[in-house]
Amino acid sequence: MNETVESQVRAYVVDHFLFGQGGDKLGSEDSFLEKGLIDSTGVLEVVMFLEERFGIKVQDEELVPDNLDSLARIARFVERKMQQKAATA
Amino acid sequence: MSARPPLSPELLKLDAAREADRICDWIRATAHDVKRRGAVVAFSGGIDSSVVGSLCVRALGKENVAGLLMPEEDSGPETLGLSTGIVEHLGISYRLENLTPILAAVGCYRRRDEAIRSVVPDYQAGWKHKIVLPGVLDTDSYRVYSLVVQTPEGQVRKERLPVGAYLAIVAATNFKQRTRKMMEYHEADRLNYVVAGTPNRLEYDQGFFVKLGDGAADLKPIAHLYKTQVYQMAEFLGVPADIRRRPPTTDTYSLPQSQEEFYFSLPYDRMDLCLYARDRGYTAEEAASGLGLTAEQVERVYRDIEGKRRFARYLHLEPQLLEPV
Repeated sequence: MNETVESQVRAYVVDHFLFGQGGDKLGSEDSFLEKGLIDSTGVLEVVMFLEERFGIKVQDEELVPDNLDSLARIARFVERKMQQKAATA
Repeated sequence: MSARPPLSPELLKLDAAREADRICDWIRATAHDVKRRGAVVAFSGGIDSSVVGSLCVRALGKENVAGLLMPEEDSGPETLGLSTGIVEHLGISYRLENLTPILAAVGCYRRRDEAIRSVVPDYQAGWKHKIVLPGVLDTDSYRVYSLVVQTPEGQVRKERLPVGAYLAIVAATNFKQRTRKMMEYHEADRLNYVVAGTPNRLEYDQGFFVKLGDGAADLKPIAHLYKTQVYQMAEFLGVPADIRRRPPTTDTYSLPQSQEEFYFSLPYDRMDLCLYARDRGYTAEEAASGLGLTAEQVERVYRDIEGKRRFARYLHLEPQLLEPV
């Protein structure tokens, strides 16, 4: 499950922010901010992708690097949101 | 122990007379180098354009400076009065160009309102709006824009902007700065003048301008001055007090909007000091007490400064060529 979410996010990030190149050099825990990969506008694009692909709703207070600043962090965040959604369904 | 002096506003104290002479010598030399005897300055009623206009008058003579006043329907109620006041104070010739018809014809307002309605479907004529950023000091949250709308009855709503709507609103409102620049170059071509740009150091460094809009100019006489230094220069040059007292504003959206809401993470005086400290290697701990912030807050501002510099790189970039020509 984790691998599935992360691999989908990885494909999106590599396609949209690395223009399909150098994805093998992007580590799971690499900080997007430190790599200069994704800015605030990019974060909005990632959030839109997550909401559409995984059917979650990202709240304003969840727009923090702890949730969104690496592939692994996003995967963990999305998993958590999906579990919360399943529990309340 | 650091050899750097404690961070304080004193470090930005300017010898305004000497600096004015240095800038004016450079304005003359730069304009004459391209065989232009005068300068066009667009006056917004703000401090930056008032200082640039005053410096151009001092450098080139008031008969060689042409003013442009270009309000449009979202300009603040004080904009025209203040900008008229400064050109009359300087005694220069000027033209008033109401940009609303041009902007309407190009679809600036329609495109912007369509983008707003994609987020607030009942937004309609008579409502006001602005886009705002969250503060940077007390949270590590990404600085993503929200749309604020206000009904004629005063009811306010705030919605986070999806990326498409955000980009569409900014793209539409950028018509304002680009149309102003088009008018400035029309005037410069007509008079064989240069166009003087008005960014201060904060704006230039942090990318607070529209590429090929207010970012375009032949010379930028105060791009090396911190905003607090621009105020010192304004006082030295005798810029009227009502302009010196006006809080900095974007004057772009129909609701009043401070520059901190739209772009910068701190009010300009502390933003100046933070930028100064960052560029001179002050650690966050060293800078904190002089700024009245915690070291953690300074770190957040430093990160914001560097993020904006990455964004500004594109804005500053010249057209790229495959090879030198």
